[in-house]
Amino acid sequence: MGNTIKFVQGNEACVEAALYAGLDFFAGYPITPSTEIAELLAYRLPQIGGKFIQMEDEIASLCAIIGASLTGRKVMTATSGPGFSLMQEALGYAVMTEIPCVIANVQRGGPSTGIPTHVSQGDINQARWGTHGDHAIIALTASNHQDVFAMTVEAFNLAETYRTPVILLFDEVVGHMREKLVLPAAGEIPLVDRLRTSVKEGVDYHPYLPREDGRLPMSDFGGVHRYNVTGLVHDMWGFPSTDPQTVHGLLRHLVDKLENRANEIARYREYHLEDAEIVMISYGSSARSALHVVENRRQRGERMGLLELQTLWPFPSEMVRQKCAHAKSVVVVEMNMGQIMQSVKLAVAHPERVFLANRIDSNFITPSDIMNILRIIQGKGV
Amino acid sequence: MERCRLVFSGSGGQGVITAAILLAEAAVLCEGLNAVQSQSYGAEARGGATRSDVIIADGRIHYPKVLQPNVLVCLTQEAYNRFASIVRPGGLLITDTRYVKVQRKVDAQQRELPMYRTVVEQVGKPIVFNICMLGVVITLADLVRPESIMKVLEGRVPKDFLEMNQRALQLGVEMGNAAKA
Amino acid sequence: MAVKDYLRERFLPHMWCPGCGHGEVLGGLVRAIENLGLSKNEIVMVSGIGCSSRISGYVDFHTLHTIHGRALAFATGVKISRPELKLIVPMGDGDALAIGGNHFIHAARRNLDMTAIVMNNRIYGMTGGQFSPLSGENISATTAPYRTIDRGFDVVELAKAAGATFVARSTTYHVQQMTETIQKAITHKGFSVVEVLTQCPTYFGRKNKIGGAADMITWFKDNTTPIGSKAKQENAALIERGIFVQIAAPEYCEEYQKVVERATKGRK
Repeated sequence: MGNTIKFVQGNEACVEAALYAGLDFFAGYPITPSTEIAELLAYRLPQIGGKFIQMEDEIASLCAIIGASLTGRKVMTATSGPGFSLMQEALGYAVMTEIPCVIANVQRGGPSTGIPTHVSQGDINQARWGTHGDHAIIALTASNHQDVFAMTVEAFNLAETYRTPVILLFDEVVGHMREKLVLPAAGEIPLVDRLRTSVKEGVDYHPYLPREDGRLPMSDFGGVHRYNVTGLVHDMWGFPSTDPQTVHGLLRHLVDKLENRANEIARYREYHLEDAEIVMISYGSSARSALHVVENRRQRGERMGLLELQTLWPFPSEMVRQKCAHAKSVVVVEMNMGQIMQSVKLAVAHPERVFLANRIDSNFITPSDIMNILRIIQGKGV
Repeated sequence: MERCRLVFSGSGGQGVITAAILLAEAAVLCEGLNAVQSQSYGAEARGGATRSDVIIADGRIHYPKVLQPNVLVCLTQEAYNRFASIVRPGGLLITDTRYVKVQRKVDAQQRELPMYRTVVEQVGKPIVFNICMLGVVITLADLVRPESIMKVLEGRVPKDFLEMNQRALQLGVEMGNAAKA
Repeated sequence: MAVKDYLRERFLPHMWCPGCGHGEVLGGLVRAIENLGLSKNEIVMVSGIGCSSRISGYVDFHTLHTIHGRALAFATGVKISRPELKLIVPMGDGDALAIGGNHFIHAARRNLDMTAIVMNNRIYGMTGGQFSPLSGENISATTAPYRTIDRGFDVVELAKAAGATFVARSTTYHVQQMTETIQKAITHKGFSVVEVLTQCPTYFGRKNKIGGAADMITWFKDNTTPIGSKAKQENAALIERGIFVQIAAPEYCEEYQKVVERATKGRK
């Protein structure tokens, strides 16, 4: 029998993937345009004995899934701009305590209440720096439903591998649009399960002593090892510490475990980059408009290509530098005021060749918007 | 097939979005085609202007919205006033005689059809107005087979309501065939 | 098991001030658990931020020291995920009812089987003596140099109104009663709230010229009375102690199982 084909919204593709990845605990709070994720999981999770709870707000939602993850479950919450703002403190807690969790942010227009039913990609830097203090984070995105599925599974895998929160930065267009989704068969995409400690009962278990490879084997709450988890800077026992060497060691570990692996974590797609003089860089729904332009222009013989980023954080600087090495101009297509463009400029050898093609009026960026900006960049006028 | 871009417009509660989804889903699940469906809406669950875009094609579809539809359906005066001008030259503009008074000429084939009246008179249930409209659209634009629409409906509609939908769809197909000739 | 077996001696002595009532609550709590004969592996203690919340570091359970005000939200996740675990959530007054007030009422409303202990010393100790929503009127604090005008919450009334199915109050003077009350709260099936009036001699006592720890504890003795006592009828200003609510009601995790049954039964 072949794979099941569905015709679904991006939010539903995200739900299918989360269940495929082994999600068994979800807590959330209704907010447009992410609500379908909560609605579908309220229906699906109890059918497989999983847990769904609607919490009193987004803060409580993230706190609840962190608690559940600690007991050994694969967990997720979903939200949008204002809810994501509320989650920032608990997000930092998950970073600090290294508790795996997945947070889907289906972006809408901001700031504040903004435009709930319209699209934006304005939360990119918030995902990176929204919570206080030096830290690293993983954020993934996708432009079509097959990739929404793949990146959602990836989010769970990366969260479990690196014991970190992973943010899925979808947007209203991808979240609400319907298109084809081919459900992968069981086993088709490898799943990562949490690394659990092999330390036996009665033997000292150090919950925050990383192995050589930086990974932290975990013991589920309720199991044979009792230990302390705290958002305070802590030692290998998980107990608060202000010892400078301990503080330094923990912060370096939290940042290095992801930033040093930016290349491994980098997921992307490339289209016609081999001889491209104009390299477009885009992600999420705006990559669809960019690809439309690239395919069109290629037919007319223009040397244009697209680098579609799927990993936004840690920013894959090395990969971006290589892909842009021979570009005469790099055009970043996004629906904000240049949040990823800033990182691209820092990454490439010639930042003066980096341009922004954007739209911030809550309307989805069109291929002709991009063409107009390209013509201006090329000195041709609109 | 030739890539077809459609815009369905009307007011919330008329089933405009449902019709768009049914069409796109039928194209993907029953006809092996590619399709994307998207919608724009305000805060209203009922009333207010509603629009849903569908693109159906053999190949990949990147940009998912429709700027110039080959097929434009307007089920309210407001929707007609707002969207009539975007229809692609030589395209097809379908309106319902009860809801829309056609005011100006556009460079497209205009089909003013009594879909609502026919459904009320012959089925007695205005709720399947949108299915009748869908019958018209698939026939006039030669998009998917009525059986494909029915197959998708089977997965969504309670058994007792299927016959009513079938009749509405058939009425639409007949109306479409008549309008073709 | 001896009381000290429930403590993490490695992390003692504790960080509380001399005379602080939190140690007495810790003592009462550990004795209650000892009396019940619970295994350390089945207890999860979740706390927030503040002096009181440091209690979780000193006990040899699964301990989760979280963020300010959100302990009950974390505890909700743990409990629903593993209903067989015993959840104990000690919180300070500001932690539980200012920043955490929303989670407090919703946890009570859901009637999750867990025990919330509000260690009420009517002041923010860790940040240096600011007034809390439990301070009440006419109190001196570092953020109320001209004395408070804010009315205080009554934890018992709030918990009752929000739907808690076990609500009790005790003090650090009445250590025996406190221990028994916590014991009953832990055994209760559903959301139990125990308010323990406790002293902060460093900030509340000093700022309000009540005296040292002994004076503050004596104040609890002189100004509280058992529920419905004759003394209360004669002096309405006395604060009542004891169990105010103890009722059986559907518990959230058990109700959730019914949702699972409905979801699986309804499947084609």
